[in-house]
Amino acid sequence: MRFSSNLKQFVLLLIVGIVLLLGLLYKQPSVLVGRTDVVAVTPWLAPIVWEGTFDPDLIDMIYKSMNLTIATTVFAVGKYVRFLRDFLETAEKHFMVDFNVRYYVFTDRPGDVPSVNLPQGRHLSVIQVPGSNRWQEISARRMEIIQTAIERQIRREADYIFCLDVDSKFHAHWGAESLGRLVAVIHPWFYLATREHFTYERRPASTAYIPMDEGDYYYAGAMFGGFVEDVYTLTKVCRNHLEEDARNSIEALWQEESHLNRYLLYNKPSKLLSPEYQWDDKKTKTKEVKVIRFSSVVKNYAEIRPNV
Amino acid sequence: MYISVMFYSLHELVMGDYCMVVGEVVLLMCVYIYIYICVCSTTTLQVGLSVYLILPTSAYLFITINVLVGRTDVVAVTPWLAPIVWEGTFDPVLIDNIYKPMNLTIATTVFAVGKYVRFLQDFLETAEKHFMVGFNVRYCVFTDRPHDVPSVNLNQGRHLSVIQVPGSNRWQEISARRMEIIQTTIEHQIRREADYIFCLDVDSKFHAHWGAESLGRLVAVIHPGYYEQTRDRFPYERRPASTAYIPMDEGDYYYGGAMIGGFVEDVYTLTKVCRNKFEEDAGNSLEAAWQEESHLNRYLLYNKPSKVLSPEYLWQDFKAKTKEVKVIRFSGVIKNYAEVRPNV
Repeated sequence: MRFSSNLKQFVLLLIVGIVLLLGLLYKQPSVLVGRTDVVAVTPWLAPIVWEGTFDPDLIDMIYKSMNLTIATTVFAVGKYVRFLRDFLETAEKHFMVDFNVRYYVFTDRPGDVPSVNLPQGRHLSVIQVPGSNRWQEISARRMEIIQTAIERQIRREADYIFCLDVDSKFHAHWGAESLGRLVAVIHPWFYLATREHFTYERRPASTAYIPMDEGDYYYAGAMFGGFVEDVYTLTKVCRNHLEEDARNSIEALWQEESHLNRYLLYNKPSKLLSPEYQWDDKKTKTKEVKVIRFSSVVKNYAEIRPNV
Repeated sequence: MYISVMFYSLHELVMGDYCMVVGEVVLLMCVYIYIYICVCSTTTLQVGLSVYLILPTSAYLFITINVLVGRTDVVAVTPWLAPIVWEGTFDPVLIDNIYKPMNLTIATTVFAVGKYVRFLQDFLETAEKHFMVGFNVRYCVFTDRPHDVPSVNLNQGRHLSVIQVPGSNRWQEISARRMEIIQTTIEHQIRREADYIFCLDVDSKFHAHWGAESLGRLVAVIHPGYYEQTRDRFPYERRPASTAYIPMDEGDYYYGGAMIGGFVEDVYTLTKVCRNKFEEDAGNSLEAAWQEESHLNRYLLYNKPSKVLSPEYLWQDFKAKTKEVKVIRFSGVIKNYAEVRPNV
């Protein structure tokens, strides 16, 4: 008796599962009613991803069948290794869950990389890189290192790549809604500012220069992503510009973030992530940002950076 | 926005930069005159974008993109994050700056079979005024009456070819065979000549800007008659025996068959699949409720478009204007179906 009722339940679940897989059962999209407190598309018609503008189940349905691999680079140089554990553990809870993810951890202290349990389909490689006694140098060299890693390895192993800051934790769903050809995130401190207040590089002598009357958004250097080849081009150009500036003894105001912003002004991203995807624990929550998915932790810069 | 221009001018006045101030005062006058004209002709006041029209070469000046304030009466993105193109959601000058340097060719197919040749003149003349202006366009006119194709003055970079196709004594047949004909023409010709393709209905006219904001990998338009309906009211094919079948609890939007677009290869795949499904149905003596439009809707449910055009891009002249649709860009003309179709 019990066996046959279990069987019935199992068969019912199976049928429901099949129907859900084959069918497309989700709420009907509305043409007129959506979020009115934020803009969901840029003037060049790239979507800006906010909670409430997308259906995560539908998006999963579309992307999971593509059997994608998503590379995720993170730099843990010097004392920054201490952030790895939380980064990786929270990523395992929230970041691209059920997708194949390859973490690439760049560090000068491979012995200090924590071992974190990774489920099926998720891998971690540790790549040794030199340290530095200047944090600006560590930050800026990331472009060159990512470019090289793509050439040597990532290009053959992944479809998409995300380059993230390590001193942050995931707090909520970050899924395939973030995938696109070239993806950038709006900086949490500047999304309400007008362009002349963006901390772009303002010296015309720098290759990262953006005049006061230009600029779309202020993008955060802590997150950029997209197709491996498109991110490769971005890192290559930014690296070349960084080196050109260095030859002229200029260091852009926010290092590679300045160069990133210049690049994305002239090569517009195909998708933008709202500040939900790059928050700052120091910042009080605002009404538009209803979900915080990834946020940089409070830290004592004097203590963890090699220099001021 | 023009207040910020004024503050900018005051700032320069204070700094002693009088030339810039004079320039900006002249500019402001132009803006005011333009706005006055807009208000008088009761078009929607798109202040941000109107200044772009006056300053084509300095498109980025004075305009700040706003992260929080946009249109609140329509949804600008689908749940799978494809943009829905409405007036006010895009900047036409910025979009032109992105697409024009790509030197693209846009194929545009149109079927003028039987008495439908009479619609060609207006279609082509209004297209020359509004459709992809400044881009290379290749019109492919499919007709059974090549001699009745009017000669229309085409602008630089625009071409027209006439391709003979058989007529029919059933309008449903003419409509449905378009998939097969477009598929074949892409194979024989369009694939080598164009980057993007649009497949449009001929019995319509352009009334306003239709530009590169409509370009995307796979582009569909929301049918004007159903954008406020719930999905159980969409006129999808509802018989499970048909390959175009969509159940009552499924469906995103009801897409209009009068407009399909995208990369040539993506539209090729669409036409091939729809043609095969149509023929499979025909083999089972079935004709879907709205012929190839039903098959199109089924295809797009399972192969989501990368961009969706609002009903601004497909209106119907007999329909009263609605408040959300602030611009009508392309609209089916009023016609006497009994008179112009070969059958009822």
